[in-house]
Amino acid sequence: MRAHRSSVVAALAAVTAVTAVAGCAAKNDGKGGGGKGAIEVTATDSSCELSAKEFPAGHVRFAVQNKGSKVTEVYVYAAGDRIVTERENIGPGTSAEITAEIKAGSYEVACKPGMKGDGIRQKVTASGKGAPAERDPKLDAAVAAYRHYVQEQADQTLPAAQKFADAVASGDVEAAKKTYALSRVGWERTEPVAESFGDIDPKVDVRADGVEKGQKWTGWHKLEKSLWEEKKISGDDKKLAGQLITDLKDWQKRVGKAEITPTSMANGAKELLDEVATGKVTGEEERYSHTDLVDFQGNVEGAEKAYELLKPVVGKNDPALAKELDKQFKAIRTLLDDHRDSKSADGFASYDTVGKGDRKKLSDGVNALAEPLSKLAAAVATAK
Amino acid sequence: MTQDEGTTTEDAGAARSTDGRAPSRRSLLGWGGAGLALGAVAAGGTAAALRTGGDAQPAGADATSRSAVAFHGRHQAGIATAVQDRLHFAAFDVTTDDRDELIALLKEWTKAAARMTAGDTVGDGAVGGLAEAPPDDTGEALGLPPSRLTLTFGIGPTLFEKDGKDRFGIKGRRPEALIDLPKFPGDNLDTSRSGGDLCVQACADDPQVAVHAIRNLARIGFGKVAIRWSQLGFGKTSSTTPDAQTPRNMFGFKDGTHNLAGTDTAALDKHVWVADGAAKGKERWMAGGSYLVARRIRMHIETWDRTSRKEQEDIFGRDKAEGAPVGKKHERDTPHLKSMLPTAHVRLAHPDSNDGIRILRRGYSFTDGTDGLGRLDAGLFFLAYQHDVRQGFVPLQRRLAADDALNEYIQHVGSALFAVPPGVRNADDWWGRELFA
Repeated sequence: MRAHRSSVVAALAAVTAVTAVAGCAAKNDGKGGGGKGAIEVTATDSSCELSAKEFPAGHVRFAVQNKGSKVTEVYVYAAGDRIVTERENIGPGTSAEITAEIKAGSYEVACKPGMKGDGIRQKVTASGKGAPAERDPKLDAAVAAYRHYVQEQADQTLPAAQKFADAVASGDVEAAKKTYALSRVGWERTEPVAESFGDIDPKVDVRADGVEKGQKWTGWHKLEKSLWEEKKISGDDKKLAGQLITDLKDWQKRVGKAEITPTSMANGAKELLDEVATGKVTGEEERYSHTDLVDFQGNVEGAEKAYELLKPVVGKNDPALAKELDKQFKAIRTLLDDHRDSKSADGFASYDTVGKGDRKKLSDGVNALAEPLSKLAAAVATAK
Repeated sequence: MTQDEGTTTEDAGAARSTDGRAPSRRSLLGWGGAGLALGAVAAGGTAAALRTGGDAQPAGADATSRSAVAFHGRHQAGIATAVQDRLHFAAFDVTTDDRDELIALLKEWTKAAARMTAGDTVGDGAVGGLAEAPPDDTGEALGLPPSRLTLTFGIGPTLFEKDGKDRFGIKGRRPEALIDLPKFPGDNLDTSRSGGDLCVQACADDPQVAVHAIRNLARIGFGKVAIRWSQLGFGKTSSTTPDAQTPRNMFGFKDGTHNLAGTDTAALDKHVWVADGAAKGKERWMAGGSYLVARRIRMHIETWDRTSRKEQEDIFGRDKAEGAPVGKKHERDTPHLKSMLPTAHVRLAHPDSNDGIRILRRGYSFTDGTDGLGRLDAGLFFLAYQHDVRQGFVPLQRRLAADDALNEYIQHVGSALFAVPPGVRNADDWWGRELFA
């Protein structure tokens, strides 16, 4: 494939020309309480009205009034549903103010009566210098859908992790073992996004060899060691199980704010396969529980999700790559299916029972998929 | 063409020559100014002067260890051409069952091999491409000269039939000489170090150039092939240039003195190349080709080192200092076989003891660290080319495996046999074309 940058450059130039004119608009620098300088957002159970849909970029304030009967929340989304700012729990008849540093560009303000769903949305524009280039709307849709997926994975992880934590808290080693791997699936599917926060991953997913000097070993793998290696649950482990839930809730709350771009999605997919290649195929990730294949499957599923969402663009920019990826994703799923075990609590054979020859087959399959996957980012970052 | 590029360092795009090709390793060498002259010479003059890939050229012609060995020719380079210092040998399993996909890979491999042996990068190069994409070339050979890299391609029996399946519709074209090697006494073969559907022998004077070649071919092949096993060799143990010093093996001895010379075309035609007349019918694609036996021979280094010099010399049938046959003064003196022990290595391996059988040896010493028991995991990675293994390696090894006094100190732990097709004729030709025609 030979991709060209020219069209991206052209698009950027066009946007700059437009925003240079709009950049002269008055600054929104009204500080202090109440209405003046703020954009008024009037939320009801069925509407979301804004006093202005175009405003200068910079420090922006939204004054929200909930005139409906339900508790509401207000979000400001950037392209791809990246959360710029949000305010929850705005009760009926109450007001709230939201502020954010907003760069020039297109956004959506959403009121969510009942605090659920995608909300009632209004398109708004922040004008000023340095507006980002317009992107293929298909890519924005892909990012938005992936963001939704990432949030969903976090939401589904919490109850699964709670089951595991409850089993640990009650000192039930067998029950904890059975729920361990399943509590990690959502995390494994979206690991690169979770890791982008930097501070959560070392608390929940660090392995013994990754613990730094002075750092306390917490999270899943510490508990894994207690359950499989020491075969008992200590008082400290019970506390760690509670801490794991707290940290995962932090992840669940912040994951929507992660910076996601089509390129980061594509690179994330590749990184998930890197995880498989360096941690799972070798059996290092789950060295005590040997539940590596569950993580393996999660990593592959997460990578495939990102790819599927980007496919409308990839299929156009590089059809040969899309064809190869379709084939290799299918091949790796077939390979993994060979190791399913209906008697296992998590659905997969224990990795210590997978022989050298089979491990090599899995490794070959990972290489076969990861190599074309490493070309995905270029296929979405550039246009023909 | 590379000279102008050498003067521009501002823009990576300038490294692309006017015909849109990626920069060669040589042109990169020129960026800083140093090596520019070498680059210009290598690009223009030397390639023509070094047509050693063809059968008629003396192997000794490619005197400098930095130059390029011609990739195209009647026979593949890396057989009769002068033996380089380093080896990276790789055996591959073909993982796809799709004939067209395999053919496409072989074409792509051939293109990459032609570029790398000329000292160029593969694909769009190692630098200067899209920032978002991994570079086509892995880059570790940037700035290095061609280093006489040769890439020699072979096809194993399992490509024709594996587990009873004719995956690529070529079962009927399997040559008679591409046998399943018999088990020899003393063999302790590790299946994960044996066999392979395909092989590539990369030889170069710089190990980094050889490793770069295998690494990039493996990368191009992901999804179609997977490396089954590979072997690094650090020191050549034989030479195809008779005037060169015979290298010593890990036992400290000169062996294979009487190797076939790259200049002896009559002997090569008789012993190494498959003759046109022998390649009939289904085997026509092998005319001008050869058969390669690869054996990983582990040496029991520590016990050998505790053996008296006298015994060591008796075992080989040579003296250790000169490599002279028993009772003679110089390495190249004609050996008197009957004055050696009946089990001496030279006596058993000599053509006179084997109805005149000769093979072209091209092996390398290896040391893969230690074996976990504190012993060197070292030995000889034996590579030998012949026109028919049934009249070459097989009878020779039968004899050696049965009687060679050296057997107490060695063990064959890996084994493979490959049919090595004739040379790639030109830029439109590719590895295995005639087999798949």
